[in-house]
Amino acid sequence: MPTTSRYARDVAVVAFAQSDHLRRTDELSEVEMVMPVLHEVLAATGLKAGEIGFTCSGSSDYLAGRAFSFTMTLDGVGAWPPISESHVEMDGAWALYEAWVKIQTGEADTALVYAYGKSSPGSVRDVLTRQLDPYYLAPLWPDSVALAALQARALIDAGQTDEAALAAVGARSRAAARHNPHAQLRGSVAQGDYQVAPLRTGDCPPVGDGAAAVILAAGDSARRLCERPAWITGIDHRIEAHGLGLRDLTDSPSTRLAAERAGFFDAPVDTAELHAPFSSQEVVLRKALGLGDEVTVNPSGGALAANPMMAAGLIRIGEAAARIHRGASDRAVAHATSGPCLQQNLVAVLEGDRA
Amino acid sequence: MSTSGKEPVAVVGVGQTKHVAARHDVSIAGLVREAAVRALADAELTWADIDAVVIGKAPDFFEGVMMPELYLADALGAVGKPMLRVHTAGSVGGSTALVASGLVAARVHRTVLTLAFEKQSESNAMWGLSLPVPFQQPLLAGAGGFFAPHVRAYMRRTGAPDTVGSLVAYKDRRNALKNPYAHLHEHDITLEKVQASPMLWDPIRYSETCPSSDGACAMVLTDRAGAARAPKAPAWLHGGAMRSEPTLFAGKDFVSPQAGKDCAADVYRQAGITDPRREIDAVEMYVPFSWYEPMWLENLGFAEEGEGWKLTEAGVTELDGDLPVNPSGGVLSTNPIGASGMIRFAEAALQVRGRAGEHQVPNARRAMGHAYGGGAQFFSMWLVGAEPPTS
Repeated sequence: MPTTSRYARDVAVVAFAQSDHLRRTDELSEVEMVMPVLHEVLAATGLKAGEIGFTCSGSSDYLAGRAFSFTMTLDGVGAWPPISESHVEMDGAWALYEAWVKIQTGEADTALVYAYGKSSPGSVRDVLTRQLDPYYLAPLWPDSVALAALQARALIDAGQTDEAALAAVGARSRAAARHNPHAQLRGSVAQGDYQVAPLRTGDCPPVGDGAAAVILAAGDSARRLCERPAWITGIDHRIEAHGLGLRDLTDSPSTRLAAERAGFFDAPVDTAELHAPFSSQEVVLRKALGLGDEVTVNPSGGALAANPMMAAGLIRIGEAAARIHRGASDRAVAHATSGPCLQQNLVAVLEGDRA
Repeated sequence: MSTSGKEPVAVVGVGQTKHVAARHDVSIAGLVREAAVRALADAELTWADIDAVVIGKAPDFFEGVMMPELYLADALGAVGKPMLRVHTAGSVGGSTALVASGLVAARVHRTVLTLAFEKQSESNAMWGLSLPVPFQQPLLAGAGGFFAPHVRAYMRRTGAPDTVGSLVAYKDRRNALKNPYAHLHEHDITLEKVQASPMLWDPIRYSETCPSSDGACAMVLTDRAGAARAPKAPAWLHGGAMRSEPTLFAGKDFVSPQAGKDCAADVYRQAGITDPRREIDAVEMYVPFSWYEPMWLENLGFAEEGEGWKLTEAGVTELDGDLPVNPSGGVLSTNPIGASGMIRFAEAALQVRGRAGEHQVPNARRAMGHAYGGGAQFFSMWLVGAEPPTS
């Protein structure tokens, strides 16, 4: 049983699957990229698409380069007979949140959550500038690396890190990714030249394509479908102001608040899967969550080893859950982010049954 | 914490902008804030009373902003709060309201602001919908090009006379004259003018299509305690559901999709409705092309298969008929795409709150809001009542 139960129903992640994350997948449509992952996660539980109570996905039309892009991947789910289904134009971590709420209402006992993104068809740095305030900021085309560099510079100026410490974050992440067959960058990766100072290549995430899927289940269904369910004992998400001048870029109060609401601070965790696409963002998130060296951070390699847009946050929840499934963790925190410089953050606390 | 069923959900505030072809006077943020402020004023609440924001809109290409909720967080008072962004194509306004209602029903939050918008003047919706995709028809020319063959199929299947579509358009445009927020106010509308308008996608004429609008719609949803404090009569949620089916497959019935039938059946089951034609007093139905009124009358169970057009022809769906459909003027008079579904849901709520003004259906106790999207594959519906749900 979960140690705490602040909600009407106990809900767990019971299965997780992800694609191999690759620099390009020119030969695959999004549907072809998603389908094996859907089949794998369903096979892990023995459920069929038609037996799932609710389905929810996360993706972005801007990456696909066309309106209503998610309608095609729904075909891959095999939504016949018709299913109860929804979609968020966000990272799949928020699709998981919507599905979790649906199960809390009692309208569903199980949910399939999936997310995907192909960054390879365009320049993702340019594409992401279109996320910015369309009147004042977007016309200047500041790209995602430049904005992250502003944040890194603020941290260094505040004496909270230095370039060597940032390089160590990247090196540790890619070393951890050696054990992750799905990761895009594994092992020793050169720190490289400045992309935008003070961030070097090694401080930045790889650009790539990928997909992920998770199955959620409530109470007895979870116990039936999974030997050691990863109970979601808390989940919450918060957004901050968009304007970078309105925020302290060295801190992440929305992460801290979401963590507080999710009960993260009630007991220690052994594992943290943080969605920190840039090395400097791990520094900010560690501070917001008060993580010490005793916590294993990003044993999967994190977003510095594979950062498929719109799926990378869901993958953090999946990786944390998978560690609980195989007994490598008892209490883990998973984090997802969206927007420039950690604007929006989701925190989930996952726990396994104690022996 | 109680595990005995869901928390009842009430609509205590509704706000809309005056929908127009182009709001050059406001930014996207200004537009959404206008609707949100009006919904809060209706509920007599402030930003501080809102626990979470759920926002929806149709494709980001319509405004050219990727995931605009990030930029809109400040304008919608969401800073420090949870904010979710829903996108389920044309049905999104309805699904957004349902996702927001789920937060209250699950007792995760007590009072939620939900909002949907489209500022179509920022781009061209028809071509925004017509980006080429490998292995698909190279040019569908917007939604009309996609839906016209299915209207033809309906006419052939049911033997409906050519005149039915123009009757719907004429009715909805007249209803819109009674709705101060409606986009099209055609004071000189006549049936002859509708019938004489140019043919766009045979059999769909210009006056039988929806306009492109700028606009936003917002609602404040709350729990039983919040409803007890509300200054005005709330609308109570009696049933809500979403259903999806694939875009393209051999067995798909584009005239009356199974997902629409299943979605309506789920809503009626939740609301205890056994005879929708008799038990529902007003319907706000997603009718972007006039022929979809008779088509959806059948799909939603208000008429037997093949009989929908007879209700329209007999005047049953007129504002003073016994099953008024789109008293607000509907999507045919106002279409900020991402908001259109939420406007249907909100107008249904206004009807049972007795706050629909000149287009009020007398003594409406139960009303339905309906939305659909994609290739007639995504459906979201809710049924609201003047009384709280009994179970």
